[in-house]
Amino acid sequence: MLFKKSLILVIGLALIVCGCGRRAGTSLTVAGSTAFQPFAEKLAEQFMAKRPAVNITVQGGGSALGIQAARSGAAQIGMADLVELPPEAKELLGVTVARDGIAIIVNPANTLTNLGLEQIRGIFQGTIKNWQEVGGADHPVRVISREAGSGTRSSFETIIGGITLANAALIQDSNGTIRETVANDRDAVGYLSHGLLNAKVKALRANGVECTEKEIVTGRYKLVRPVFLLVQPPPAGAVKDFIDYILSGEGQETIRQNGLLPAQ
Amino acid sequence: MALAFTALTSLLLIAIFIFKEGIPFIARVGFKDFLLSSDWRPQAGHFGIYPMIIASLLVTFGAMLVGAPLGIACAVFLNEFVSRPVTRIIKPTIELLAGIPSVVYGFIGVVVVAPLIRSQFGGPGLSMLCASLILGVMVLPTIISISTDVLASVPNAYREGALALGATRWQSVHMVILKAGRSGIVAAVILGMGRAIGETMAVIMVAGNTVQLPHSALDSVCTLTAKIAMEMGSATGAHRQALFAIGVVLFLMIMMFNALAMSAIKKRSASK
Repeated sequence: MLFKKSLILVIGLALIVCGCGRRAGTSLTVAGSTAFQPFAEKLAEQFMAKRPAVNITVQGGGSALGIQAARSGAAQIGMADLVELPPEAKELLGVTVARDGIAIIVNPANTLTNLGLEQIRGIFQGTIKNWQEVGGADHPVRVISREAGSGTRSSFETIIGGITLANAALIQDSNGTIRETVANDRDAVGYLSHGLLNAKVKALRANGVECTEKEIVTGRYKLVRPVFLLVQPPPAGAVKDFIDYILSGEGQETIRQNGLLPAQ
Repeated sequence: MALAFTALTSLLLIAIFIFKEGIPFIARVGFKDFLLSSDWRPQAGHFGIYPMIIASLLVTFGAMLVGAPLGIACAVFLNEFVSRPVTRIIKPTIELLAGIPSVVYGFIGVVVVAPLIRSQFGGPGLSMLCASLILGVMVLPTIISISTDVLASVPNAYREGALALGATRWQSVHMVILKAGRSGIVAAVILGMGRAIGETMAVIMVAGNTVQLPHSALDSVCTLTAKIAMEMGSATGAHRQALFAIGVVLFLMIMMFNALAMSAIKKRSASK
């Protein structure tokens, strides 16, 4: 009896799984960067409201997975937020759909307001070990970084140039936990996406330029990374329509309202 | 039948899957460069997990220093010093501890324990000490519930015999009852260790995740489980295989703990 029941259950589940692929209309899969995932979800929702025949599924997985999925065809669109696309993405067409500033953050109790790029490199490499060396109080520097493979981390390290992260650096696995750790630790320094700044942490000026939307748009703030959508060239049909929608005034406005910067 | 085999088959499939991905990687990188090197830079092709093995063992050991004495003492108290009705209320309450999601333990660690360690002892706060304290509390339900069962199964004649010979209550506990239940209590502690070494979420939140050999309990460390969970999302190619290989190491470690616990339990039933 039990065996029969479980058999029915298994067959039922299998049918449900098979059924998913057979929905009417076109379906698109978008996968990759977790930083852009919430934006893509929102944009997909708005797009689907206009084009009910298109069904878009948005998945996370990280920039590396986005590139891989777009190459293998597992996803029609890959999302990657890297300054430099790796060589394996050469065959794909990358469209910049948004930009994101990377803010250097410290605890509000830290008296420092500015760091040069050279000093930032020194701190994250572990050669500058005390805040006194860069004009702060006599406290040890506590470096907090992201895990290997994070798009934010690789962009940050590429822009600053040649960082080999200090061995003693603490590692946190999301923008949110970095912010929480820095907010709780007087001596900490970290970096996160500009859209996620809040009052609990203090963003430093980089080379004298403040990390604000205005300075990023004018191009004076240097720590900026693009968000790419990667597709097999040439984009056609629903893929092209969706990307066009994201680049349209309405799509870009959605991106801006939620904390990222428009592509142009 | 079919349902019973589902559990067994899935365990087997998991084992096959992990080993299939991990073993070729270990063979390629080399046993020594994988297990005994301290250099973990996946982008540059260096996959040394030695500091993480040590970190996992030290954090687990620390958790046992906290959890084992507290857990065993609690079990003795519940069994020998309190009346049955009270035990019947307290024991399920303690077992409720096991139902608290590990994220919640981690959160308490981040907002309460870590700042306390930072302000009292210095260092980053997110440290081996913090992880050991949190894990020590997390393993309590495992240790307490198994130990109480063990102590409850010690024949009453032992207690009566000890008391009849003029032993005080405390003497009868530590000279007779704990001795009689020793192997069962050892098994409880080892199962607790298995739980501690496999815990992931809470450890990611409180250990700081620095890949280094710690010099003191205040240093931040990265355990095997934390490494897998943090990097799995974005790992591809050899990096991904390396994480599976870490899985193989963990799998073997936990199997070893469980086998130890089993043999301890077996010895106990054999000696009875």
